[in-house]
Amino acid sequence: MTSNSAFDTARIRADFPILSREVRPGVPLVYLDSTATSQKPTAVIEAMDRYYRNSNANIHRGVHTLAEEATGLYEGARDRVAGFINASSRKEIIFTRNTTEAINLVANAWGRANIKAGDVIVLTEMEHHSNLVPWQMLAAEKGAIIEIIPVTDDGELDLSTFDAILRKSPKIVCCTQMSNVLGTINPIPEIAAKAHAAGALVLVDGAQSVPHFAVDVQTLGADFLAFSGHKMCGPTGIGVLWGREALLEAMPPFLGGGDMIRRVYLREFKAADLPNKFEAGTPAIAEGIGLGAAVDYLLNLGLDRIHQHEQAIIAYALERLEEVPGVKVFGPKAERKGGVAAFTLAGVHPHDIAQILDTDGVAVRAGHHCAMPLHDRFQIPASARASFYLYNTTDEVDKLINGLYKVKELFG
Amino acid sequence: MADVMDDMYREVILDHYKNPRNRGKLEPADISYEDDNPLCGDRIRIDIRLDENRRVKEVAFSGQGCAISQASASMLTEEIVGKLVDDLKQISKEDILELLGIELGPVRLKCALLSLKVLKAGVYGLDKTTDSPNSTDQSV
Repeated sequence: MTSNSAFDTARIRADFPILSREVRPGVPLVYLDSTATSQKPTAVIEAMDRYYRNSNANIHRGVHTLAEEATGLYEGARDRVAGFINASSRKEIIFTRNTTEAINLVANAWGRANIKAGDVIVLTEMEHHSNLVPWQMLAAEKGAIIEIIPVTDDGELDLSTFDAILRKSPKIVCCTQMSNVLGTINPIPEIAAKAHAAGALVLVDGAQSVPHFAVDVQTLGADFLAFSGHKMCGPTGIGVLWGREALLEAMPPFLGGGDMIRRVYLREFKAADLPNKFEAGTPAIAEGIGLGAAVDYLLNLGLDRIHQHEQAIIAYALERLEEVPGVKVFGPKAERKGGVAAFTLAGVHPHDIAQILDTDGVAVRAGHHCAMPLHDRFQIPASARASFYLYNTTDEVDKLINGLYKVKELFG
Repeated sequence: MADVMDDMYREVILDHYKNPRNRGKLEPADISYEDDNPLCGDRIRIDIRLDENRRVKEVAFSGQGCAISQASASMLTEEIVGKLVDDLKQISKEDILELLGIELGPVRLKCALLSLKVLKAGVYGLDKTTDSPNSTDQSV
């Protein structure tokens, strides 16, 4: 089983109903795709089920019992998320659909008010499309300039270029905390300190970091942090934008409509206070409540222990992957990355790898993982990716490796 | 399970993948078209030379991708030699699946049908202009 004896993986697996299913009769599921989306524990599924069965109502303005309950549950989830990342205030927690929408919110609300022609926006070569495209759209609209921090052959940010980029006085630096392909964990506090010294704000894509290790916005150094519920044991359809209160206060609203207003006249409106100002329309109430339950679940296990467990699994996985002839793993060594292993196998397209592994119930992803420029950087059209979370075991790594030998046999 | 795998990676598919027929490029060609499947990065180009009766005299495919996309391209090129251009328009999704001899889910279906999509785009492109259409790169 796992090398982290303090971490009872068998008990954790029992919390996730889906992990006991078979993909086909006699073939148990080996789920190695948590970077795409995590599985959900019973506690989360039941919190959402309970809400729909007992408390379903629209939130905020209703005075009846159900509306009060629903509002309490939803706003309680906001408090949990605020505590989870150690935000100064619950006003700094904006619920969105996902990481992508959170970044789009900043690119639109902050970006349109603050970026003008010739301004510099800094991105990195390892960003997910969600932290590239919104900025490309903004830059195209405003005539802004995009500068890129490149990636080294080892799959780390080449920060030797950063000082020169910062001399161009960028307005914002947008960087992932952990790559969804390479697994690289970037030194955000160091990047943020330099960016701030140059007068730039810092937006961090926390989609892969927040679910896997403790992220404290008081020490992170970022001005904005975006992450998704569904990658951290919560449901799809709910994500979070954290931003510094003063910045969020100064930003114009993003989407307009109900719930984001204080007063509406026929020809104008006054925006609501934070956080409602950025939450137009009926939100994903059940999903917010589910996210709150996911936060409780993760905190109960302890983020440090989860991270330690994943470190043990990825170290083992990299060791075993490297012993398979023809396998090339992308990204840094185990101690410098999270539980993600993107790889290629000589002579076999990643699609075929994933398809053949699926016959043994092993679920991995194949493709560009929404990081086309990063794949261009390594001159590969696609890769296969195995990713690990709190419920994965070294036995599952062994099944992956056995499957890869099968692929080799078939294509040999 | 073993039979699922045997099914999708039948000997004939692996044979076409490992030993593709008509692989390469024809320059110049009467029909030349290229397209990709942006989901997985598969890319196929098909070049065709016609005889005076508008029958396929020579065909070649190039590109990269998974076993399914490459094998289906290889099989398709074998299939169309000697056929009239107008008859190429009649080739259907079912014909490709029959060539492959497997059943495919919606994701892999795109891989299997990429070569047919490229062939048809090329053939219909030929109708619009008498010149050989340039290979089109639709990815941005």
